[in-house]
Amino acid sequence: MIQLIVFLPLLAAIIAGLGNRMIGNFAAKILTTGALFVACALSWPIFLDFLVGGQTAYVAPIFDWIRSGDLDVAWSLRVDTLTAVMLVVVTSVSSLVHLYSWGYMDEDPDQPRFFAYLSLFTFAMLMLVTSNNLVQMFFGWEGVGLASYLLIGFWYHKPSANAAAIKAFVVNRVGDFGFSLGIFGTFMVFGTVSIPEILEAAPAMAGSTIGFLGYRLDTMTLLCLLLFVGAMGKSAQFGLHTWLPDAMEGPTPVSALIHAATMVTAGVFMVCRLSPMFETSETALLVVTFFGLLTAFFAATVGTTQTDIKRVIAYSTCSQLGYMFVAVGVGAYGIAMFHLFTHAFFKALLFLGAGSVIHSMHHEQDMRHYGALRKEIPITFWTMMIGTLAITGVGVVWLHAGFAGFHSKDAIIEAAFASESSLGGIAFFTLVFAALLTSFYSWRLIFMTFFGKARWGTSEHVQHAVHDHGGKDTGDGTGGYHPHESGWAMLVPLLSLSVGAVFAGYVFTHEFVDSEAFWAGSVAFNEHLIHELHGVPMWVKLASTVAMLIGLVIAWLAYIRYTDWPARFVAQFRVLHAFLLNKWYIDELYNVLFVKPAFAIGRFFWKRGDKGFIDRFGPDGVSALVASGSTVTRRFQSGYLYTYALVMLIGLAAGATWAITR
Amino acid sequence: MTMLESLLVVLPELILTLGATDLLLVAAFSNKPDLGRRVSIYAVLMLIACGLALLGPAGNGGAVFGGLYYADAFSTFSKVLIYASAAIAILMAPRFFDRRGEMRPEYPILILLSALGMGFMVSSGDLMMLYIGLEMQSLAAYVLASFMRQDTRSAEAGLKYFVLGALASGILLYGVSLIYGFTGTTSYQGIGAAMASGLSMGELFGLVFVLAGLAFKISAVPFHMWTPDVYEGAPTPVTAFFATAPKIAAVALAIRVMFDALAPATDAWQQIVIFVALASIALGAVAAIGQSNVKRLLAYSSINNIGFALIGIAAGTQAGVAATLSYMAIYVVMTLGSFLCVLQMRDAQGRPVEDIASLAGLSKSQPALAAAFAIFMFSLAGIPPLLGFWGKFLVFDAAVAAGLFPLAVIGIALSVIGAYYYLRIIKTIYFDDAAAPYAPANSVVENGLIAVTAATVSPLGYLLVPFLALTAGNAAQALF
Repeated sequence: MIQLIVFLPLLAAIIAGLGNRMIGNFAAKILTTGALFVACALSWPIFLDFLVGGQTAYVAPIFDWIRSGDLDVAWSLRVDTLTAVMLVVVTSVSSLVHLYSWGYMDEDPDQPRFFAYLSLFTFAMLMLVTSNNLVQMFFGWEGVGLASYLLIGFWYHKPSANAAAIKAFVVNRVGDFGFSLGIFGTFMVFGTVSIPEILEAAPAMAGSTIGFLGYRLDTMTLLCLLLFVGAMGKSAQFGLHTWLPDAMEGPTPVSALIHAATMVTAGVFMVCRLSPMFETSETALLVVTFFGLLTAFFAATVGTTQTDIKRVIAYSTCSQLGYMFVAVGVGAYGIAMFHLFTHAFFKALLFLGAGSVIHSMHHEQDMRHYGALRKEIPITFWTMMIGTLAITGVGVVWLHAGFAGFHSKDAIIEAAFASESSLGGIAFFTLVFAALLTSFYSWRLIFMTFFGKARWGTSEHVQHAVHDHGGKDTGDGTGGYHPHESGWAMLVPLLSLSVGAVFAGYVFTHEFVDSEAFWAGSVAFNEHLIHELHGVPMWVKLASTVAMLIGLVIAWLAYIRYTDWPARFVAQFRVLHAFLLNKWYIDELYNVLFVKPAFAIGRFFWKRGDKGFIDRFGPDGVSALVASGSTVTRRFQSGYLYTYALVMLIGLAAGATWAITR
Repeated sequence: MTMLESLLVVLPELILTLGATDLLLVAAFSNKPDLGRRVSIYAVLMLIACGLALLGPAGNGGAVFGGLYYADAFSTFSKVLIYASAAIAILMAPRFFDRRGEMRPEYPILILLSALGMGFMVSSGDLMMLYIGLEMQSLAAYVLASFMRQDTRSAEAGLKYFVLGALASGILLYGVSLIYGFTGTTSYQGIGAAMASGLSMGELFGLVFVLAGLAFKISAVPFHMWTPDVYEGAPTPVTAFFATAPKIAAVALAIRVMFDALAPATDAWQQIVIFVALASIALGAVAAIGQSNVKRLLAYSSINNIGFALIGIAAGTQAGVAATLSYMAIYVVMTLGSFLCVLQMRDAQGRPVEDIASLAGLSKSQPALAAAFAIFMFSLAGIPPLLGFWGKFLVFDAAVAAGLFPLAVIGIALSVIGAYYYLRIIKTIYFDDAAAPYAPANSVVENGLIAVTAATVSPLGYLLVPFLALTAGNAAQALF
């Protein structure tokens, strides 16, 4: 069964990808989407079995891959609680995104290619989450990276999309370099790449040291940090996050699937999978916590100033990934996975909702050209409202009931407070503040998009559409254009994900947060921390709700009540605003630090090294020599017999001379 | 051994002698129409009969006529290739000559006589036998080169070939007389025995002269000068014949002389062969670049290929000889295929075209022919997975196994230059703006032969590699 789940998407991808135009749009769509829905239908029973405790972990071997000396790598599919959670997340979101793309990509000329990429991605992601050894995980890891690259650059005729695709690939290379060093190091230390064997042997290695770059370092700390570098790249943590906002150049369903729900959470998954290893190094966990809270805070601040609807959600994703890493860092792996689980639903929902808005606005993505869409596209509006209620964590503390984010995000904040980590206190306050910002930018998005006055008459995209369809300007800011609600193919996924966004938290909170039996050893479980978590003071539990309310009120005041506030704020705090709007100038910094020197070095080697030296004395020089040699031999080939006879006799004489002098 | 047994061993030569004479009489006295084609068919049947005869004592009868003649696995391997090449050279001719009404019955008869001479060459066990075979082969070849006697280029080619061939024969004969004078015998075994006690200056000179004469026949540098002119001037089927059968015969003869008669002098000839091999590869590659005539280009290609084949000989080992034989077998298939493609180059009026530029756009007008052309060129360039790569691999492998690393390294580097002009033809066919289209290729025989040769050099040909390795290995073993 697990084999079917993993390989059906691959099969569909191969057929749709190679068949392409031969099999046509419809066949490619029905095949890939059908395969995904089957995989999804097979995944849920596995998950529910683990939920009721009727299933134990097992490994389904496929075949040997590499056997060389100590290195023994097999293709195999590991199924345990952690995998089951990921299976459900990946197949559910992927199948809904496939369906959604029927509507969203309807007018695209390259649909089979798109659907083949989507299915290929799903396959790679499933390989990643079912891997039982680090090498197969790396295969899946690179596979999703490849699919991500292909999909970000799907509209390859757009230079910006190509640039974004390359950027995503290159930045991820940095992370992958760390990850591969981590794998090499792990193999060197443990002599195996099998995950269960590594995790078993890890505690014994705690405290040992290893030489690295001329220093003696704590073995486990070094390995964990190297692996974490990989996680940082894939999960867009601060420092290696720059590719994620740019990745929004890809089609919106891609953003929902890859850059919100699944691939970017691979880093969190990987650290959870290796959690017993990370437990052996306090330093590594502190680093993870630090980067998590820094990312949560950084991305939230940037999100408040962005005007592109997808970029706001992208920074929101980045920020939420930070939350997850804080949970990992303080040892609450189950809670991290819980947030990953709920986040997949509501973030995919938000992205797909944003896609629906973009679709109805003729690919206008600037929220300044939205407004008052509430009545035009009501179903999209309500589903996005649910998504926003979920991400901001709306719920009633005393009832223990609320939207998905209420359960998972608040659990992280409480875990940070309850933990004994030396960064716990700072993490708590930072995350509460980030929750305020989250609430603010999420509501800002809703208010700017769906409330206020219609402003899309000024949008070039909309003007083009109006021009094409011959509408006329009525002077009410609509430019004579009235958006239409998206078709059912897009609305069904929105409604389905809404169900998840509402209930995923409430229904599963006990198992994910409290139940050691549910996790059954697939992640490290810190019982003490969970106990402490339930005993935190009431003000801690209320803190995030209060922060959420404050954020909501500020957003309401600024974007509904006093609409001149944002402009006045910008005028007042020009420097701060510019700092946030320009994403802390990280891209500019990297440009100066890495990109420009790299270009300079590249240009030097190209002009001086390659053209000036290697080419000049190598290929160019040799080819010139050959060409002149060709001319000389042609001159000898005069056509006259006596020349030919002379050459023969010279050859003979040379041979005879050689014989004499020998 | 009785006379009858000896005659059975030389059965292929008997068939050819009697058959060719018989056909000559038929050609002289018959006045049936279309005589050329009829005689061709009989000639091909005779070559097939010779091939079948090799299954009997003619294939493994050993030494007969007092060691003048050898019938062993080595001669059998070479003869199969020779007869096959000769048969194909006959089959590809009629349509070419027909256009000018020159499909005379002498063409197949001359080919048969030439093949007869080659049979003696590869079976020779004595310097006299060597010379008779060589001359017999050459005299028929001179006439073939000038077969289109109305055509000045053909006549010029025949004359040049004859004059330079005579010079080479003279050099060879002088070498033979020196060796005879210093060793007192003309039999290979006797020479080998005489030289085993050390090489005198006279013997060394004789060796150099004999090798020079043989180098002329295989058109190795610096005795290659006749090749481009003769290949260009001779009628295309004749060129195809020149590039294949005599090459095999001469290479086989050279191997026999060097490993049978001159085996004690290996040190002496090995360095000459290394020099000649590298010079041939280099000159064949460099000079071909400047050519615009496809037959001239293939002439340099054959010089280049002979260089590679000599690398196997230079190794001086049994594996090297086997590699050279394999290389020649593969080379023959590729070359025949290439010339069959060249035969299809005819303009709208059916006139043969030899300009490389006229190939432009062939991929559009005749995609199948273009693909076949590309396969042969890629294979000649030695690009895997085509069969041409395997031959190159074998000779380099033998050279490395014999410790001749510099030879292998330089040879491989030079083969890159060679790849350039082959690829240029492919570029012309596939990427240049279309030139005037050729007349459609509608000869069933020629198209069939192209398909078979193309399939053989394609990756499918690797199915034949075990068989080739076995037979070439056996052939080489017969000499050691």
